[in-house]
Amino acid sequence: MAEAKVAPRPLSPHLQIYRWSWTMAMSIFHRATGSALYLGIALFAVWLVALASGPGPFETVQWFFGSPIGILILFGYTWVLMHHMLGGVRHLVWDFGHGMEPAQRINMARFTLIGSIALTVLIWVVAFIAF
Amino acid sequence: MAQFTLPKNSKYTEGKAWPKPSASGNVQEFRIYRWNPDDGANPRIDTYYVDRDDCGPMVLDALIWIKNNVDSTLTFRRSCREGICGSCAMNIMGKNTLACTLGMDDCDGDTIKIYPLPHMPVLKDLVPDLTSFFAQHAAIEPWLQTETAEPETEWRQTPEERSKLDGLYECILCACCTTSCPSYWWNGDRFLGPAALLQAYRWLIDSRDESTGERLDNLHDPFRLYRCHTIMNCANTCPKGLNPAKAIAEIKKMMVARAV
Repeated sequence: MAEAKVAPRPLSPHLQIYRWSWTMAMSIFHRATGSALYLGIALFAVWLVALASGPGPFETVQWFFGSPIGILILFGYTWVLMHHMLGGVRHLVWDFGHGMEPAQRINMARFTLIGSIALTVLIWVVAFIAF
Repeated sequence: MAQFTLPKNSKYTEGKAWPKPSASGNVQEFRIYRWNPDDGANPRIDTYYVDRDDCGPMVLDALIWIKNNVDSTLTFRRSCREGICGSCAMNIMGKNTLACTLGMDDCDGDTIKIYPLPHMPVLKDLVPDLTSFFAQHAAIEPWLQTETAEPETEWRQTPEERSKLDGLYECILCACCTTSCPSYWWNGDRFLGPAALLQAYRWLIDSRDESTGERLDNLHDPFRLYRCHTIMNCANTCPKGLNPAKAIAEIKKMMVARAV
Protein backbone atom coordinates (compact mmCIF):
# COMPACT_ATOMS: atom_id res chain seq x y z
CA MET A 1 0.00 0.00 0.00
CA ALA A 2 1.32 3.41 -0.91
CA GLU A 3 2.12 5.58 2.06
CA ALA A 4 0.64 9.05 2.12
CA LYS A 5 3.50 11.47 1.65
CA VAL A 6 3.23 14.73 3.56
CA ALA A 7 5.57 17.58 2.72
CA PRO A 8 7.32 19.14 5.73
CA ARG A 9 5.08 21.94 6.90
CA PRO A 10 6.29 25.47 6.29
CA LEU A 11 6.47 27.98 9.12
CA SER A 12 4.05 30.84 8.62
CA PRO A 13 5.66 34.30 8.25
CA HIS A 14 6.07 36.28 11.48
CA LEU A 15 8.50 39.21 11.85
CA GLN A 16 8.37 39.60 8.08
CA ILE A 17 4.69 40.51 8.06
CA TYR A 18 3.67 41.57 11.56
CA ARG A 19 2.79 45.23 11.83
CA TRP A 20 4.93 47.11 14.36
CA SER A 21 3.25 48.63 17.34
CA TRP A 22 4.73 51.11 19.82
CA THR A 23 4.90 48.58 22.64
CA MET A 24 6.54 45.98 20.38
CA ALA A 25 9.10 48.51 19.08
CA MET A 26 9.97 49.85 22.54
CA SER A 27 10.35 46.29 23.83
CA ILE A 28 12.99 45.47 21.24
CA PHE A 29 14.62 48.90 21.82
CA HIS A 30 14.83 48.04 25.51
CA ARG A 31 16.64 44.79 24.69
CA ALA A 32 18.94 46.55 22.21
CA THR A 33 19.82 49.41 24.55
CA GLY A 34 20.40 46.91 27.33
CA SER A 35 22.97 45.14 25.17
CA ALA A 36 24.51 48.46 24.10
CA LEU A 37 25.02 49.38 27.76
CA TYR A 38 27.60 46.58 28.00
CA LEU A 39 29.64 48.35 25.34
CA GLY A 40 28.95 51.72 26.90
CA ILE A 41 30.33 50.72 30.28
CA ALA A 42 33.52 49.67 28.46
CA LEU A 43 33.98 53.34 27.54
CA PHE A 44 34.01 54.18 31.22
CA ALA A 45 36.45 51.32 31.90
CA VAL A 46 38.79 52.61 29.19
CA TRP A 47 38.71 56.05 30.79
CA LEU A 48 39.46 54.59 34.26
CA VAL A 49 42.33 52.46 32.94
CA ALA A 50 43.77 55.50 31.21
CA LEU A 51 43.44 57.47 34.44
CA ALA A 52 45.41 54.79 36.30
CA SER A 53 48.05 54.51 33.55
CA GLY A 54 49.42 58.01 33.90
CA PRO A 55 49.22 61.42 32.25
CA GLY A 56 50.14 60.30 28.71
CA PRO A 57 47.39 57.72 28.10
CA PHE A 58 44.92 59.86 30.02
CA GLU A 59 45.58 62.82 27.73
CA THR A 60 45.02 60.61 24.69
CA VAL A 61 41.72 59.24 25.98
CA GLN A 62 40.58 62.70 27.05
CA TRP A 63 41.43 63.99 23.59
CA PHE A 64 39.44 61.16 21.97
CA PHE A 65 36.33 61.71 24.09
CA GLY A 66 36.59 65.43 23.35
CA SER A 67 36.82 64.92 19.59
CA PRO A 68 33.65 65.13 17.45
CA ILE A 69 33.49 61.32 17.12
CA GLY A 70 34.06 60.88 20.85
CA ILE A 71 31.33 63.37 21.67
CA LEU A 72 28.98 61.63 19.25
CA ILE A 73 29.68 58.27 20.91
CA LEU A 74 29.10 59.73 24.37
CA PHE A 75 25.92 61.44 23.19
CA GLY A 76 24.68 58.08 21.83
CA TYR A 77 25.62 56.36 25.08
CA THR A 78 23.68 58.97 27.04
CA TRP A 79 20.60 58.28 24.95
CA VAL A 80 21.01 54.52 25.32
CA LEU A 81 21.27 54.94 29.09
CA MET A 82 18.25 57.25 29.30
CA HIS A 83 16.16 55.02 27.05
CA HIS A 84 16.97 51.91 29.05
CA MET A 85 16.29 53.74 32.31
CA LEU A 86 12.86 55.00 31.19
CA GLY A 87 12.13 51.55 29.74
CA GLY A 88 13.00 50.06 33.10
CA VAL A 89 10.62 52.44 34.87
CA ARG A 90 7.90 51.56 32.35
CA HIS A 91 8.37 47.86 32.99
CA LEU A 92 8.36 48.48 36.74
CA VAL A 93 5.00 50.25 36.46
CA TRP A 94 3.65 47.41 34.31
CA ASP A 95 4.94 44.83 36.78
CA PHE A 96 2.70 46.45 39.38
CA GLY A 97 -0.20 45.89 36.99
CA HIS A 98 -0.69 49.60 36.23
CA GLY A 99 -0.81 51.47 32.94
CA MET A 100 -1.88 48.47 30.88
CA GLU A 101 -5.07 49.81 29.33
CA PRO A 102 -4.96 50.46 25.56
CA ALA A 103 -4.25 54.21 25.50
CA GLN A 104 -2.01 54.05 28.57
CA ARG A 105 0.31 51.35 27.29
CA ILE A 106 0.79 53.04 23.91
CA ASN A 107 1.41 56.43 25.52
CA MET A 108 3.91 54.95 27.97
CA ALA A 109 5.80 53.33 25.11
CA ARG A 110 5.81 56.62 23.19
CA PHE A 111 6.98 58.48 26.27
CA THR A 112 9.97 56.16 26.56
CA LEU A 113 11.26 57.34 23.20
CA ILE A 114 10.28 60.99 23.49
CA GLY A 115 11.39 61.23 27.12
CA SER A 116 14.76 59.60 26.45
CA ILE A 117 15.54 62.00 23.60
CA ALA A 118 14.42 65.00 25.68
CA LEU A 119 16.50 63.90 28.69
CA THR A 120 19.57 63.27 26.53
CA VAL A 121 19.39 66.72 24.95
CA LEU A 122 18.77 68.29 28.36
CA ILE A 123 21.81 66.58 29.89
CA TRP A 124 24.05 67.75 27.06
CA VAL A 125 22.73 71.29 27.09
CA VAL A 126 23.32 71.47 30.83
CA ALA A 127 26.78 69.91 30.38
CA PHE A 128 27.79 72.43 27.72
CA ILE A 129 26.51 75.36 29.74
CA ALA A 130 28.07 74.18 33.00
CA PHE A 131 31.45 73.06 31.66
CA MET B 1 18.88 31.22 19.72
CA ALA B 2 15.82 32.42 17.94
CA GLN B 3 15.75 32.27 14.17
CA PHE B 4 14.43 35.56 12.85
CA THR B 5 14.28 34.51 9.20
CA LEU B 6 12.04 31.91 7.64
CA PRO B 7 13.39 28.39 7.02
CA LYS B 8 14.19 27.55 3.42
CA ASN B 9 10.96 25.64 2.77
CA SER B 10 8.89 28.49 4.23
CA LYS B 11 10.12 31.41 2.14
CA TYR B 12 7.23 32.61 0.03
CA THR B 13 7.30 33.65 -3.58
CA GLU B 14 5.09 35.63 -5.92
CA GLY B 15 2.11 33.51 -6.90
CA LYS B 16 -0.67 33.65 -9.39
CA ALA B 17 -2.85 36.65 -10.22
CA TRP B 18 -6.42 35.45 -10.59
CA PRO B 19 -8.76 37.12 -13.08
CA LYS B 20 -10.66 40.25 -12.16
CA PRO B 21 -14.45 40.02 -11.97
CA SER B 22 -16.00 41.34 -15.15
CA ALA B 23 -18.19 44.43 -15.36
CA SER B 24 -17.61 45.96 -11.99
CA GLY B 25 -15.90 49.16 -10.95
CA ASN B 26 -16.04 48.34 -7.25
CA VAL B 27 -13.20 45.85 -6.92
CA GLN B 28 -11.11 45.03 -3.85
CA GLU B 29 -7.65 43.53 -4.30
CA PHE B 30 -6.45 40.75 -1.99
CA ARG B 31 -3.00 39.25 -1.52
CA ILE B 32 -3.34 35.87 0.15
CA TYR B 33 -0.80 33.32 1.41
CA ARG B 34 -1.11 29.91 -0.26
CA TRP B 35 0.57 26.62 0.47
CA ASN B 36 -0.45 23.25 -0.82
CA PRO B 37 1.01 20.16 0.93
CA ASP B 38 0.57 18.09 -2.23
CA ASP B 39 2.66 19.95 -4.79
CA GLY B 40 5.94 20.19 -2.85
CA ALA B 41 6.42 23.84 -3.78
CA ASN B 42 7.19 26.74 -1.45
CA PRO B 43 4.37 28.98 -0.21
CA ARG B 44 3.27 31.72 -2.58
CA ILE B 45 1.22 34.91 -2.46
CA ASP B 46 -1.75 34.89 -4.83
CA THR B 47 -3.62 37.98 -5.95
CA TYR B 48 -7.41 37.96 -6.04
CA TYR B 49 -10.01 40.55 -6.96
CA VAL B 50 -13.37 40.65 -5.22
CA ASP B 51 -16.50 42.29 -6.60
CA ARG B 52 -17.60 44.43 -3.65
CA ASP B 53 -21.08 44.92 -5.13
CA ASP B 54 -21.66 41.17 -5.03
CA CYS B 55 -20.09 40.47 -1.63
CA GLY B 56 -20.78 41.09 2.07
CA PRO B 57 -18.80 43.71 3.99
CA MET B 58 -16.45 41.55 6.07
CA VAL B 59 -13.09 40.07 5.16
CA LEU B 60 -14.56 36.61 5.73
CA ASP B 61 -17.33 37.41 3.23
CA ALA B 62 -14.60 38.16 0.69
CA LEU B 63 -12.77 34.88 1.39
CA ILE B 64 -15.99 32.93 0.95
CA TRP B 65 -16.74 34.93 -2.22
CA ILE B 66 -13.32 33.99 -3.62
CA LYS B 67 -13.86 30.33 -2.75
CA ASN B 68 -17.29 30.35 -4.40
CA ASN B 69 -16.49 32.42 -7.48
CA VAL B 70 -12.77 32.40 -8.23
CA ASP B 71 -10.72 29.61 -6.63
CA SER B 72 -12.41 26.74 -4.83
CA THR B 73 -9.06 25.44 -3.55
CA LEU B 74 -8.50 28.42 -1.21
CA THR B 75 -8.51 26.86 2.25
CA PHE B 76 -9.39 28.54 5.55
CA ARG B 77 -11.27 27.78 8.76
CA ARG B 78 -14.58 29.46 9.48
CA SER B 79 -17.76 28.64 11.30
CA CYS B 80 -19.92 31.09 13.24
CA ARG B 81 -19.24 34.27 11.20
CA GLU B 82 -19.97 36.39 14.29
CA GLY B 83 -16.79 36.41 16.36
CA ILE B 84 -17.65 33.72 18.90
CA CYS B 85 -16.09 30.51 17.55
CA GLY B 86 -12.58 31.81 16.87
CA SER B 87 -12.10 29.66 13.77
CA CYS B 88 -11.28 32.37 11.23
CA ALA B 89 -8.35 33.87 13.16
CA MET B 90 -5.64 34.98 10.72
CA ASN B 91 -3.16 37.75 10.10
CA ILE B 92 -4.88 40.54 8.17
CA MET B 93 -2.95 43.71 7.33
CA GLY B 94 -0.16 42.68 9.67
CA LYS B 95 -2.35 42.12 12.70
CA ASN B 96 -4.01 38.98 14.01
CA THR B 97 -7.77 39.15 14.13
CA LEU B 98 -10.98 37.39 13.13
CA ALA B 99 -11.82 37.68 9.45
CA CYS B 100 -15.52 37.67 10.31
CA THR B 101 -15.49 40.75 12.55
CA LEU B 102 -13.14 42.89 10.48
CA GLY B 103 -14.81 44.97 7.78
CA MET B 104 -13.02 45.42 4.47
CA ASP B 105 -13.61 49.17 4.86
CA ASP B 106 -11.65 49.09 8.13
CA CYS B 107 -8.51 47.77 6.43
CA ASP B 108 -6.33 50.73 5.55
CA GLY B 109 -4.45 50.45 2.29
CA ASP B 110 -5.61 49.56 -1.20
CA THR B 111 -4.69 45.88 -0.97
CA ILE B 112 -5.79 43.59 1.84
CA LYS B 113 -2.97 41.21 2.75
CA ILE B 114 -3.80 37.95 4.50
CA TYR B 115 -1.44 35.42 6.06
CA PRO B 116 -2.02 32.50 8.42
CA LEU B 117 -1.46 33.12 12.15
CA PRO B 118 2.27 33.90 12.50
CA HIS B 119 5.07 31.46 13.31
CA MET B 120 2.94 28.33 13.19
CA PRO B 121 3.26 25.15 11.13
CA VAL B 122 0.94 25.52 8.13
CA LEU B 123 -1.40 22.66 7.22
CA LYS B 124 -2.71 24.35 4.09
CA ASP B 125 -3.14 27.99 2.96
CA LEU B 126 -4.57 29.92 5.94
CA VAL B 127 -4.94 26.89 8.22
CA PRO B 128 -2.27 26.61 10.94
CA ASP B 129 -1.61 23.56 13.12
CA LEU B 130 -2.93 24.50 16.58
CA THR B 131 -2.13 21.18 18.28
CA SER B 132 0.47 22.55 20.68
CA PHE B 133 -1.62 25.66 21.32
CA PHE B 134 -4.48 23.50 22.63
CA ALA B 135 -2.07 21.19 24.47
CA GLN B 136 -0.77 24.25 26.32
CA HIS B 137 -4.32 25.22 27.22
CA ALA B 138 -4.88 21.70 28.59
CA ALA B 139 -1.62 21.96 30.56
CA ILE B 140 -3.02 24.70 32.80
CA GLU B 141 -5.90 22.36 33.74
CA PRO B 142 -8.77 24.67 32.79
CA TRP B 143 -11.46 23.28 35.06
CA LEU B 144 -12.73 23.82 38.60
CA GLN B 145 -10.66 21.97 41.17
CA THR B 146 -11.95 21.56 44.72
CA GLU B 147 -11.21 19.56 47.86
CA THR B 148 -14.13 20.38 50.12
CA ALA B 149 -17.24 18.26 49.84
CA GLU B 150 -19.50 19.25 46.99
CA PRO B 151 -22.37 21.46 48.11
CA GLU B 152 -25.92 20.20 47.70
CA THR B 153 -26.70 22.97 45.25
CA GLU B 154 -24.21 25.02 43.24
CA TRP B 155 -20.87 26.43 44.38
CA ARG B 156 -21.77 29.90 45.70
CA GLN B 157 -20.04 33.04 44.60
CA THR B 158 -20.71 36.68 45.48
CA PRO B 159 -21.31 39.18 42.65
CA GLU B 160 -17.93 40.76 43.51
CA GLU B 161 -16.15 37.42 43.25
CA ARG B 162 -17.94 36.68 40.00
CA SER B 163 -16.98 40.06 38.56
CA LYS B 164 -13.31 39.12 38.82
CA LEU B 165 -13.88 36.68 35.96
CA ASP B 166 -15.02 39.45 33.63
CA GLY B 167 -12.49 40.09 30.90
CA LEU B 168 -11.23 36.51 31.27
CA TYR B 169 -14.10 34.10 30.64
CA GLU B 170 -14.88 35.77 27.28
CA CYS B 171 -11.77 34.28 25.68
CA ILE B 172 -12.69 32.17 22.64
CA LEU B 173 -9.24 30.55 22.20
CA CYS B 174 -8.79 31.87 18.68
CA ALA B 175 -4.99 31.98 19.20
CA CYS B 176 -4.65 35.55 17.89
CA CYS B 177 -2.80 36.68 21.03
CA THR B 178 -0.48 33.72 21.42
CA THR B 179 0.64 33.82 17.79
CA SER B 180 1.18 37.60 17.95
CA CYS B 181 3.74 37.25 20.75
CA PRO B 182 7.42 37.45 19.68
CA SER B 183 8.37 35.69 22.89
CA TYR B 184 6.09 32.84 21.89
CA TRP B 185 7.58 32.85 18.39
CA TRP B 186 11.06 32.22 19.81
CA ASN B 187 10.13 29.98 22.76
CA GLY B 188 6.70 28.58 21.91
CA ASP B 189 7.76 25.08 22.88
CA ARG B 190 8.28 26.07 26.52
CA PHE B 191 6.48 29.39 27.06
CA LEU B 192 2.75 28.81 27.56
CA GLY B 193 1.77 31.97 25.71
CA PRO B 194 -0.83 34.65 26.48
CA ALA B 195 -4.01 32.64 25.79
CA ALA B 196 -3.11 29.73 28.09
CA LEU B 197 -1.86 32.12 30.78
CA LEU B 198 -5.03 34.24 30.63
CA GLN B 199 -6.97 31.03 31.22
CA ALA B 200 -4.59 30.07 34.02
CA TYR B 201 -5.38 33.39 35.70
CA ARG B 202 -9.10 32.87 35.11
CA TRP B 203 -8.89 29.79 37.40
CA LEU B 204 -6.37 31.31 39.81
CA ILE B 205 -8.75 34.11 40.83
CA ASP B 206 -11.90 32.03 40.75
CA SER B 207 -13.13 32.17 44.38
CA ARG B 208 -14.50 28.62 44.09
CA ASP B 209 -11.25 27.03 42.96
CA GLU B 210 -9.13 25.41 45.69
CA SER B 211 -6.00 24.56 43.70
CA THR B 212 -4.47 28.04 43.66
CA GLY B 213 -1.19 26.89 45.23
CA GLU B 214 -0.73 23.94 42.88
CA ARG B 215 -1.63 26.10 39.90
CA LEU B 216 1.02 28.66 40.87
CA ASP B 217 3.57 25.87 41.45
CA ASN B 218 2.86 24.63 37.96
CA LEU B 219 3.56 28.07 36.49
CA HIS B 220 6.65 28.84 38.59
CA ASP B 221 9.12 28.29 35.79
CA PRO B 222 11.52 30.55 33.88
CA PHE B 223 9.79 29.68 30.62
CA ARG B 224 6.14 28.77 31.20
CA LEU B 225 5.26 32.10 32.80
CA TYR B 226 8.30 34.31 32.86
CA ARG B 227 9.03 34.41 29.12
CA CYS B 228 6.38 37.12 29.08
CA HIS B 229 8.36 40.34 28.59
CA THR B 230 5.32 42.64 28.47
CA ILE B 231 5.61 43.23 24.74
CA MET B 232 1.81 43.71 24.76
CA ASN B 233 1.14 42.45 21.24
CA CYS B 234 -1.40 40.10 22.83
CA ALA B 235 -3.47 42.90 24.29
CA ASN B 236 -3.09 45.04 21.15
CA THR B 237 -4.38 42.28 18.90
CA CYS B 238 -7.14 40.48 20.88
CA PRO B 239 -10.30 40.61 18.73
CA LYS B 240 -12.43 40.35 21.87
CA GLY B 241 -10.70 43.32 23.52
CA LEU B 242 -9.27 41.26 26.37
CA ASN B 243 -5.95 41.94 28.08
CA PRO B 244 -3.77 38.82 28.49
CA ALA B 245 -0.73 40.98 29.36
CA LYS B 246 -2.56 42.29 32.40
CA ALA B 247 -3.66 38.81 33.45
CA ILE B 248 -0.06 37.63 33.24
CA ALA B 249 1.09 40.64 35.29
CA GLU B 250 -1.49 39.65 37.91
CA ILE B 251 -0.12 36.08 38.00
CA LYS B 252 3.40 37.46 38.50
CA LYS B 253 2.04 39.59 41.37
CA MET B 254 0.44 36.50 42.94
CA MET B 255 3.81 34.75 42.72
CA VAL B 256 5.48 37.60 44.61
CA ALA B 257 2.64 37.90 47.11
CA ARG B 258 2.89 34.28 48.17
CA ALA B 259 6.69 34.40 48.42
CA VAL B 260 6.90 37.35 50.81
